[in-house]
Amino acid sequence: MELFLQQILTGLANGAIYACLALAVVMIYQAIDHFNFAQGEMAMFSTYICWSMIAVGIPYWVAFLLTIVISFAGGVAIERIIFKPIHNAPVLSHIVVFIGLLAIFNSLAGAIWDHTIKVFPSPFPDGSFNGLIGLHEIGMFFVTLILLGAIFCFFRFTRIGMAMQAAAANPDSAELVGIRVGWMLALGWGLAAAIGAVAGMMIAPIVFLDPNMMLGILLYGFAAAIVGGITSPGGAVAGGFLVGIIENLAGTYIPAIGSELKLTVALVLIVTVLLFKPNGLFGKSIVTRV
Amino acid sequence: MNTGRKLTLALAGIAAIGLVAGTAAAEKKYGPGVTDTNIKLGNTNPYSGPAAAYGTIGKAITAYFKKVNKEGGVNGRMIEFISLDDGYSPPKTKEQTRKLVEQEDVLLIFQGLGTPTNSAIHNYMNKKKVPQLFVATGATKWGDPENYPWTMGWQPSYQTEGKLFGAYILENVKDPKIGILFQNDDYGKDYVTGLKAKLGDKAATMIVAEESYEVTDPTINSQIIKLKSSGANVFFNVSTPKFAAQAIKKVRELNWDPLFLNNSVSNTVGSVYKPAGLENSKGIISLQYYMDPTSPETQETEAYKKWKAWMTEYNPDGDLLSSFNVFGYLAAQTMVQVLEQAGDNLTRENIMKEAANLNMEMDMLLPGVTIETSPTDFYPIEKMMPVQFDGERLVSIGEVVSAD
Amino acid sequence: MTTDVETKVDPRLTSGARINVKWVAVFVILGVLFPFFIDGYTSFQMTLTIIYAIAILGLNLLTGFNGQFSLGHSAFYAIGAYTAAILVYHLDFPVYVTIPIGGVVCFVAGFLFGLPALRLNGLYLALATFALAVAVPQILKSSHLEGLTGGVQGLDIFRPDVPEVLVNTFAMTMDQWWYLISFGIMLLLFWAAWNLINSRSGRAMMAIRDNPIAAQSMGINTSLYKSLTFGVSAFYTGIAGALAAIVIEFVAPDSFTFQLSILLFIGLVVGGTGSIWGAIFGGLFILMVPNIAEEVSTGLSYAVFGVILILVIYVMPSGIVGLVDILKVRLKKKL
Repeated sequence: MELFLQQILTGLANGAIYACLALAVVMIYQAIDHFNFAQGEMAMFSTYICWSMIAVGIPYWVAFLLTIVISFAGGVAIERIIFKPIHNAPVLSHIVVFIGLLAIFNSLAGAIWDHTIKVFPSPFPDGSFNGLIGLHEIGMFFVTLILLGAIFCFFRFTRIGMAMQAAAANPDSAELVGIRVGWMLALGWGLAAAIGAVAGMMIAPIVFLDPNMMLGILLYGFAAAIVGGITSPGGAVAGGFLVGIIENLAGTYIPAIGSELKLTVALVLIVTVLLFKPNGLFGKSIVTRV
Repeated sequence: MNTGRKLTLALAGIAAIGLVAGTAAAEKKYGPGVTDTNIKLGNTNPYSGPAAAYGTIGKAITAYFKKVNKEGGVNGRMIEFISLDDGYSPPKTKEQTRKLVEQEDVLLIFQGLGTPTNSAIHNYMNKKKVPQLFVATGATKWGDPENYPWTMGWQPSYQTEGKLFGAYILENVKDPKIGILFQNDDYGKDYVTGLKAKLGDKAATMIVAEESYEVTDPTINSQIIKLKSSGANVFFNVSTPKFAAQAIKKVRELNWDPLFLNNSVSNTVGSVYKPAGLENSKGIISLQYYMDPTSPETQETEAYKKWKAWMTEYNPDGDLLSSFNVFGYLAAQTMVQVLEQAGDNLTRENIMKEAANLNMEMDMLLPGVTIETSPTDFYPIEKMMPVQFDGERLVSIGEVVSAD
Repeated sequence: MTTDVETKVDPRLTSGARINVKWVAVFVILGVLFPFFIDGYTSFQMTLTIIYAIAILGLNLLTGFNGQFSLGHSAFYAIGAYTAAILVYHLDFPVYVTIPIGGVVCFVAGFLFGLPALRLNGLYLALATFALAVAVPQILKSSHLEGLTGGVQGLDIFRPDVPEVLVNTFAMTMDQWWYLISFGIMLLLFWAAWNLINSRSGRAMMAIRDNPIAAQSMGINTSLYKSLTFGVSAFYTGIAGALAAIVIEFVAPDSFTFQLSILLFIGLVVGGTGSIWGAIFGGLFILMVPNIAEEVSTGLSYAVFGVILILVIYVMPSGIVGLVDILKVRLKKKL
């Protein structure tokens, strides 16, 4: 029973990692109607920026806030400089540019900060709750929920949030009602980068900071967002927790799978979910008009 | 490509002149890539992609040869070290190696990194009769002079180390119940194989749990929980630094207190024990064959001072915390030793002969650890020393041992 | 509902075009003579280019012509490669026979995978296929299959000698021989793809891409066509995988990571989606450009590669073939 409880809690803790990044995935999807494959590497890069600031003696929370601001600006800049000129290129070409960005950030981080793992400080106290779950993991759980709340309010209650959704869903009509679609895209990129930065700074204390930190996590983040429903921030968070728990339980209680095929099983489950709920568990189903 | 070919031609010309001159002085014999002033060595390393951390070794070797060249080279010849990126992808390794052998005309391939990557060129090198020297992988298959006379390993094989850990458990633990965490690839599996080989019939009863992880796994927490619940009193950790640090943290967080055995790959103070917490890492037992540059007792030695002087002058971008920089430093010295021994007879055959005729000690190797080879022994390093981390430094807890 | 792939198709393809015999003949003659003027290493590289081109064409049939987005073709490449390796290694099959078998096994695998994938669209399909790409290396090294696949250590394949007649008459080397085999297979497969695209089935495939609902209401069995396209696409990639295993003489799970899928995808886009001969450019690109990036800077080769990718998309948003088409139009206007 203790094993079961612990696996659930660890699943939740891992789930928080996935959920955090999944929120960034959802945010960018709301803005550009697509995935950003460089999302993980951007978050990793932001985390390194924060690490460098802390290393030179800037207090944690100052560095934390500065990193969010820098990441936001960086996200906006990427959209304006790199994506604006190829706005009309096919979507597949955009994906190639994402891949290019991924390679650039990964390689640069390795060259600047090398590959030795770095300790990234946690804002929460050390230690664990009864040896069951780390205090940082609990803290991260709440940070994820706060982020979720903020995003929910942003889209639901602010004009700019609604404008952004409109710009993504139907750029032409949005333009007609006076929304500046170009800047909405940039805003979406900025926000996604900022959320990614928070995710990175929350994840790094658990997995340690290195240039390949996000390699596996991004895959899980995508999976979480898709299982939960790519249009729904709440769904993405739920999806993250679900993926974390399912993965752990399958690895623990199905002997033929064990840890060896844990990832495979998680992926199979995800695809299965999609087969029955093609828009994810909490996603809106899209009605198509011909 | 064109300039490369011109260069090759020019070099071949010089080599021809060298050969003519050589007959006068007698005994000068050159294989491909060698002239009176130059020796060309090839290498593949992952400088990009998920395994890029290992690229550090290639950079360290390059930096060491820079030092050798600045100090006059080997028997008056400069080492030209051509290190290409293979991104840890076997097909790419094959492509790059063929480029090195067939276009760059290197004398040999030295310290190619990775098991699958070296496996991809294993047959090719032996068919072509090009030395594949001191490969940077701990698989067991590199020491097979009968079937693969052109390939030689360098570091202690993972299986050897697994056996040494097995021996340690048998000697020191009463009624052991072993839980293993291992990386799901050749490296992890070889350790487990070695351990099981040493435990023999008892392996089945002694090993109570085996858990693997993938390099893409974000954390290994779930595996550690399973290992703890198996009731193991010995935890054998076969993981790379990042996961080792995670494992140490998690084991302590769970208030689990097994005998903690850590593989040498992650036995480093600066990049594992410190990130995981010095207090958490107290009591961990491991094996070592070269000095950990991050450990305080190393830093007091002459050897370290020499190593550091080399790092600051020739490898200034390199990380003083990374033991890969010691690894490359030592491997490169072994190569230089072979070239020195070969003298003016720099044919591929003679290189292999000299590589199989080593008996040397080196600066950053632990005292008592030697590099020894013979025509039937293609495993240069086979000895290791058990050490324990006392919360600050690595303390020797026994003599240098070898698996046999 | 729009699919994720918006490509302009060369109108010649949709209206029953004809092969330009003159140019194809020149291409074939040059291609056949080529290996006799270059060294062994370069022929080996060209062989790899051809193999990539075949795999990319396979991906193109699925993505470019049928609108199904896949990031999982390294999986089929791996299945083809392992089929060949296992047959040669364990069962002593002649290597030549394993190439079509690799393709057929992949056709079945692709068709089966295509069935559930029918329900997935765009992003979701991308994730499902990507999951496949991530899972396959893990499955290959799983302890359950170790006896068959050689686990993480992989399998060696030995190639038989070049037929004696050819050695005697042309002094043909192993590299030249396998270049010619690959080149021949590529021509055959390109010709088959061309015929497929210009057939009734090909038009159905493209109709599904452009407007699935309209296609269905016109009486096209979209499910069947989509699954079949998946199968055919996997068939091409499987042949490429089998060839790669034989030419490299080695397979290991690490040869087929999801990075290979991404490379193939890059080759597809850079070459030109929805174009058959773009695949050759794509193959050249993914073989050559990483090497160029490395020559610019070893430590930052990935970053250089990334910059090149972005620049390429700037200059030719629709790939090399797209650029060539634009240039052609401009040239005609000037004349």
